[in-house]
Amino acid sequence: MPLITSSKTQPSYDVIVVGSGAAGGQTAYTCVMEGAKVLMLEAGRNYTPETETPMFQNNSQAPLRGGSTPDKPFGFYDATIDGGWQVPGEPYTSASSDPARQFWWWRARMLGGRTNHWGRISLRNGQYDFKPKSRDGLGFDWPINYEDVAPYYDKVEMLIGVYGDNNNLENTPDSPAGCLQPPPAMRAGEQLAKARAKKLGLPVIPIHRAVLSIKQDAETLPKKIHPNNPRAQKLLADSMRARQACFWATPCGRGCSIKANYQSTTVHLPPALASGNLDIVPNAMTREVTMDANGKATGVIYIDKTTGQEHAVKAKVVVLAASSAESVRIMLNSKSARFPNGVANSSGLVGKYIMDTVGASLSGHIPALENLPLHNEDGAGGAHVYVPWWLYKEQLAGKLGFGRGYHIEFGSGRQMPGMGTSAGLESLTNGSYGRQFKEDARRYYGAFMGFAGRGEMIPNEDSFCDIDPEVKDKWGIPVLRFHWKWSEHETRQAKHMQETFAQVIESMGGNIRSKPAEDGAKAIEPGGKIIHEVGGTIMGADAKKSVTNQWCQTWDVKNLFVTDGGPFCSNADKNPTLTIMALAWRASDYIVAELKKGNL
Amino acid sequence: MLRSPMDRREAIKWMLTAAASATLFNASGFAADGGPPPSMPAGVGYGTDPDLLKTYKPGDLWPLTFNEAQRQNAAALCDVIIPADAKGPSASSVRVHEFIDEWISAPYPGHQDDRALIVEGLAWLDTESQKRFKGDFVNLVPRQKNAICDDICYVPRAKPEFRKAAQFFKRYRDLTAGGYYSTPEGMKDIGYVGNVALEKFEGPPPEVLRKLGLA
Repeated sequence: MPLITSSKTQPSYDVIVVGSGAAGGQTAYTCVMEGAKVLMLEAGRNYTPETETPMFQNNSQAPLRGGSTPDKPFGFYDATIDGGWQVPGEPYTSASSDPARQFWWWRARMLGGRTNHWGRISLRNGQYDFKPKSRDGLGFDWPINYEDVAPYYDKVEMLIGVYGDNNNLENTPDSPAGCLQPPPAMRAGEQLAKARAKKLGLPVIPIHRAVLSIKQDAETLPKKIHPNNPRAQKLLADSMRARQACFWATPCGRGCSIKANYQSTTVHLPPALASGNLDIVPNAMTREVTMDANGKATGVIYIDKTTGQEHAVKAKVVVLAASSAESVRIMLNSKSARFPNGVANSSGLVGKYIMDTVGASLSGHIPALENLPLHNEDGAGGAHVYVPWWLYKEQLAGKLGFGRGYHIEFGSGRQMPGMGTSAGLESLTNGSYGRQFKEDARRYYGAFMGFAGRGEMIPNEDSFCDIDPEVKDKWGIPVLRFHWKWSEHETRQAKHMQETFAQVIESMGGNIRSKPAEDGAKAIEPGGKIIHEVGGTIMGADAKKSVTNQWCQTWDVKNLFVTDGGPFCSNADKNPTLTIMALAWRASDYIVAELKKGNL
Repeated sequence: MLRSPMDRREAIKWMLTAAASATLFNASGFAADGGPPPSMPAGVGYGTDPDLLKTYKPGDLWPLTFNEAQRQNAAALCDVIIPADAKGPSASSVRVHEFIDEWISAPYPGHQDDRALIVEGLAWLDTESQKRFKGDFVNLVPRQKNAICDDICYVPRAKPEFRKAAQFFKRYRDLTAGGYYSTPEGMKDIGYVGNVALEKFEGPPPEVLRKLGLA
């Protein structure tokens, strides 16, 4: 079974998976390895990183030196196809015209979705993160503990390949031996930050990223990941052997033709396809879940973008893994006599409690980094270090004025030059030009560092999405309308971020390039801008207060699941992708077991 | 004054984004305040699924702006900003003025602003050259070119009558530098030694750590 067109689908499948990114990739992988027959629907085109990735291209080979445009908002070489903050012909709307209440929604329309370009930062949620309400009274507790998810974090780390190490820090879980790959050496600016920030009490430690720093052990890992399943072991071992270790060049955001980093398209889908149990239909825009008279899902209706035709496909189980907001959209557009307000929405909570990550940044000029001897700082195509949240006790004691924490990511180094490299130097150079400017450009190259905070947002009543009553996309499907509001927990946190970054920059002997904002509402990035949107189908222990249970299974429709970020009922500062994969794996194990028992 | 599509803060973000994780910093210097930027109409820009492996040249994607006189003027100013020296060639010798033409001719928001700024700025340069030295900018000797550029090279010190020309020069210097340092010759000049496959990544060499006091 392979990549197919609409006319080649089977009459029925065990499982339909809508979406092919982190959630869809993991769900399909787990199900097919256990023998289930799966149909995957992807709204974008087929995408082949092995042949399409611009490895080693420099910016002068691209239009506009590779810079950002509305067509490619993260730059020409970013591995996003037919997407970005807008998808042509597939709009979304905002309920408010207030700039502070806008939500930005990043989508990709390509096989593998946003896993092709993501930052690869792979942090585990900790003990506190699953029981936040019990700890501080805010938001919601998850119906599961860290211990329920830990075995799945282990398996995901081994499967996709994550570098990092263990530091035994509060609410920052260590991984068991054998899960992580060695972290890469720290760059010059990262080492300087580590030495100086220590005096401020900030631990600078290796970050965890889904990049192979060494080749995976194809002899050992598959046996740990799939005990008692020799066929899955063989398929995974073959896939691992086809992946190369990082060769320390080319930014990960472009994707990776040698499969050194995690993309669904290079890690989940090849062994899943090799199983013979997976069909993938690209250009398939899912509109709604279809239901029978007994309240069970029968499949989905999608629109084939290549023909504009509607198709109905059937399965015993339907899994929405379309990204949290897109899955909400599908559910709210699936109306029936039993579910007039959208499928599995008896709680009225589908679309509610959407969250993003709090983001704020500040950059500095670090004179110590000027005129460094030439050396290669490309590294793993992304960050090597970060600062996990370090003020748990002060926060719990109520000393900070905001409820939850953040971690700090850095950008530093002598990276491949582009339009920003020597722009705007005049305040340092008094407007030099000519030979003096060339000297200045060499001097300041690599002497700037950017600090970005990534913090937890607490779910609130004012942040949700529903269906716009008027606007439809080019396929005739009603679109999402976003409602958004940060609370003071988030804006104060953003202010704290910038103040901390200023201290770190000063501790490095540097100069901040702009003052921290007095008002946190001016420091915080718009909702959605960090592209960590989760929630909307939150999980819980009570069917009246949540949409899904601990297995990502909707309370109302037992054969309908949501395995993307939708079931998140809190959004820890830890980037969500690793947790999405761990929970998707856990849900898929449950789906397979229930299918075998005949319960679905 | 026309809004610069990439101010310093955005430029630093952009620089970091180019090589750090794509989602670490926002790369968009063109967003309207508040909401996300609107999508481009089909067929106007290079689209949302361009061929990423092809090498593009100015003029491949949209018609260019400069006439021959403007081209020569643009090349001359590029070389006043980035002349040849022991570490690298001049900006015009790696066709940075053609890149600037591509930039100001692009159909994206912000670029039209640059187009007006650059075309008017280059015209001002000739007018000023005629006024002071009775010749076009391209024909001036280095001392004469510098006399004009000294008056416009730094906005905070520019006299009121040169303020607008200084804004032009500031932008032109950023475009020249970005255009130059992103070429293979410019990358070598500035000391970028990456973009090569390595067996191992060993971090900074000892002399770097010694200089930072970390050895």
